[in-house]
Amino acid sequence: MHAKRNDKIATVFIYIFVAIVICILAGILGEILITGLPHLSWHFLSSSASSFQAGGGVRDQLFNSVYLLILTIAISLPIALGAAIYLSEYAKDNWITNTIRTSIEILSSLPSIVVGLFGYLLFVIQFNLGFSIISGALALTFFNLPILTSNIEQALEGVPQSQREAGQALGLSNWKTIRGIVLPAALPGILTGIVLSAGRVFGEAAALIYTAGQSGSTIDYSNWNAFSPTSFLNVMRPAETLAVHIWKVNTEGIIPDATIVSAATSALLVIVVIIFNFGARALGNMLYRKLTASNTK
Amino acid sequence: MSEKNDDLKKVVNQALAEQKVPHVKLDKMKPSTVDIDKLTKPSKETHQEYWGKGLTFLAIVLIILLVVSIIGFVGEHGLATFFSDHVNIIHFLTSTDWDPTQGKNHVGALAMIVTSFLVTLISALIAAPFAIAVALFMTEYSSKRSAKFLQSVTELLVGIPSVVYGFLGLTIIVPAIRNIFGGTGFGILAATLVLFVMVLPTITSLTVDALKAVPTELKNSSAALGATRWQTIYHVILRASTSRILTAIIFGMARAFGEALAVQMVIGNAVLMPYNLVSPSATLTSQLTSQMGNTVMGTLPNNALWSLALLLLLMSLLFNFLVHLIGKKGKK
Amino acid sequence: MDDLKKEPTYIKTFSSDELALSTKNLSVLYGGTIQKLFNVSLGFKKNAITALIGASGSGKSTFLRSLNRMNDKVATVKGNIIFHGLDVNKPNINVYELRKNIGMVFQKPNPFPKSIRANITYALKADGQKDKQKLDQIVEESLRAAALWDEVKDKLDKSALALSGGQQQRLCIARAIALKPEILLLDEPASALDPVSTAKLEDTLKQLRSRYTMVMVTHNMQQASRISEYTAFFHLGHVLEYDVTSNVFTNPKGRITEKYIQGSFG
Repeated sequence: MHAKRNDKIATVFIYIFVAIVICILAGILGEILITGLPHLSWHFLSSSASSFQAGGGVRDQLFNSVYLLILTIAISLPIALGAAIYLSEYAKDNWITNTIRTSIEILSSLPSIVVGLFGYLLFVIQFNLGFSIISGALALTFFNLPILTSNIEQALEGVPQSQREAGQALGLSNWKTIRGIVLPAALPGILTGIVLSAGRVFGEAAALIYTAGQSGSTIDYSNWNAFSPTSFLNVMRPAETLAVHIWKVNTEGIIPDATIVSAATSALLVIVVIIFNFGARALGNMLYRKLTASNTK
Repeated sequence: MSEKNDDLKKVVNQALAEQKVPHVKLDKMKPSTVDIDKLTKPSKETHQEYWGKGLTFLAIVLIILLVVSIIGFVGEHGLATFFSDHVNIIHFLTSTDWDPTQGKNHVGALAMIVTSFLVTLISALIAAPFAIAVALFMTEYSSKRSAKFLQSVTELLVGIPSVVYGFLGLTIIVPAIRNIFGGTGFGILAATLVLFVMVLPTITSLTVDALKAVPTELKNSSAALGATRWQTIYHVILRASTSRILTAIIFGMARAFGEALAVQMVIGNAVLMPYNLVSPSATLTSQLTSQMGNTVMGTLPNNALWSLALLLLLMSLLFNFLVHLIGKKGKK
Repeated sequence: MDDLKKEPTYIKTFSSDELALSTKNLSVLYGGTIQKLFNVSLGFKKNAITALIGASGSGKSTFLRSLNRMNDKVATVKGNIIFHGLDVNKPNINVYELRKNIGMVFQKPNPFPKSIRANITYALKADGQKDKQKLDQIVEESLRAAALWDEVKDKLDKSALALSGGQQQRLCIARAIALKPEILLLDEPASALDPVSTAKLEDTLKQLRSRYTMVMVTHNMQQASRISEYTAFFHLGHVLEYDVTSNVFTNPKGRITEKYIQGSFG
């Protein structure tokens, strides 16, 4: 009868633990959304941050976050795609491949502050790019590369081997088979992987505080000349993102409404992460259906 | 009249001509003659293959170059403290006197090292049982639907930016500690609790993978022998997945050890040997975060910070190594 | 092993102008140590169907896949493969050109997730065929040759994945012969199909027999006896018997062959 009693005790304990965790999770999400959402107004999204008064918004930070995200994906995608294709299609099972895989694992496990400091050393100081969007985008690329590579590799490995054999048996080169057959078939998975990694990039701050900088400059959204210092497109200007903004107003901010601003910004970040998470899944499912549906080309 | 007729004829003829589909004579499919010369010469495909392999390998080379240069650069600057500023490495690891602006005898990182390990170990140790319980619940107890729901919530929590966790710690945990224990509320306890919440989803989702990897036949045969659910879990499922659960915990610890901003926001940032859990302290990451901007490149205070970064890097290599080691043992 | 040495083997040979493809002492090793095939020397007669039979793991699929160098990546293939007087198992051989001349159809139908038309034209376009009219002509010709044209002529631009398994497999045959190969290698092409689709596939193969040299791996003895002219029996990586199909099935020389054939028909 010991066994039955132990079983009951274990069950009770597991339920208690789970209940506690659920309370914590609900508390976190609730706290963020309940305290943040009321302040998440159009005014907040469309006005610029104030440096010492209450009532500032996050317009520039929001734009910077999006701009950095786009640049980061644009730089990291070709590299990650190449690396993933090499690993899943060309790499033989030998020590070289093992070394490559270990390097990628190391890169993915490096603390983001270390990646950020390396970016600071190399781009901000060595290459004299200063605190700038481009330095930030490159640091985020390093941060993003390993995870994007392994996401894409997984998507590629999900394509049945028989598809590759079909291409090879027709006298196609592996490269042509990959480009024309394997990549299109893996597209849903690849896009899901990109969106998921985008969520991480969007909320990253530690890699940015010493690369993209902690302050913004005056931005003119009507200036389309990317080389002008005030243009919103200029990649050489320092740029504070949403996540960095939260960190900054809380640690050294002097604005009186730091808590409100952070709460609203946190809610904004969390909403974006939710959208990315569910968007990734929905996008993947939609593309998958489209690809396997009977009426497509 | 005749002109009109001619015009009409022209138009009709043209229309008729367009109507006629050029007749394709269908042949029976037959092999073409083999061009033996082609078999020994490189073709378009051969070149495509060179390009494809070359281009993709270039991406790999870039990544390896990146890893090597990160380790190289951080190593170079981190070691400068010992080789060009002549700080004694033993002193660095064992002294708690941290004030690099005062010269090479005041570069002791022990307080930060101890604090980093403390917050990492405590948070992972608290999180592990919760994570395992939730993972067991998701794989063995709950319905598929609620497991799926919990899974997406877990994934969502993994994705929440660390500054958001730091901010929550700052507005909820720190005041709560202040009310209960007095003091400022900043300190190891606050950092541990924040990290606990951060690593919980990480460990949980990896543990779920570990539990799912246990073969169903194993579970069924145990149940068929009349074992209770808990006996099956304890003697079969947890035994079979021990090494992967350990790996999950190490991943959680690696995340905790390397987390910078969330910790920096709640720990108080005073480089002091922690004498209790509610006094302000500093970790390797928090010190790096708050001080890097205040030092000048190439000076001792700056190099000393790079030594902290090097320590972080070495620890992350160690975590990696541990994961590999456990993975290898688990396979045997 | 000793049993095998005592076993009487019979390997039929052809004169060189009858041969489409032949192997000499072909051996295959996996991982450098595990030998799956031992010195197999077989010749395949032009414009005939040759069946390769034998139990699972006897090496017949390994042998087949070596013929158009599909094993290059996973195994070491030693020995000679003679095609038009050329040893095509040499490193300097352009495998892409070789595979255009020696096509292959696999166990499970594997059409590309593209339209029926694109499935056939994809490799042709990659090969440099740009003329749309010519492409349309080849699509029709190869689909007719694979006895699929009447079933799909109105939905050429629909996805190939919407076809039934049997239709997909015939599409794979059409796709292979669109490149006008001399030889078709078939790796258990009917094993994933229902009896009706199998019958249709066999009809197709019979129609192609007069123009193509075909080598087919099969588990199904009835199938081998129905459509093949020659049969080779594989056992543990060796060929024990290779002869006219009727001889192998009704009058096997070796005991192991006899046992296998009786058991399989059983």
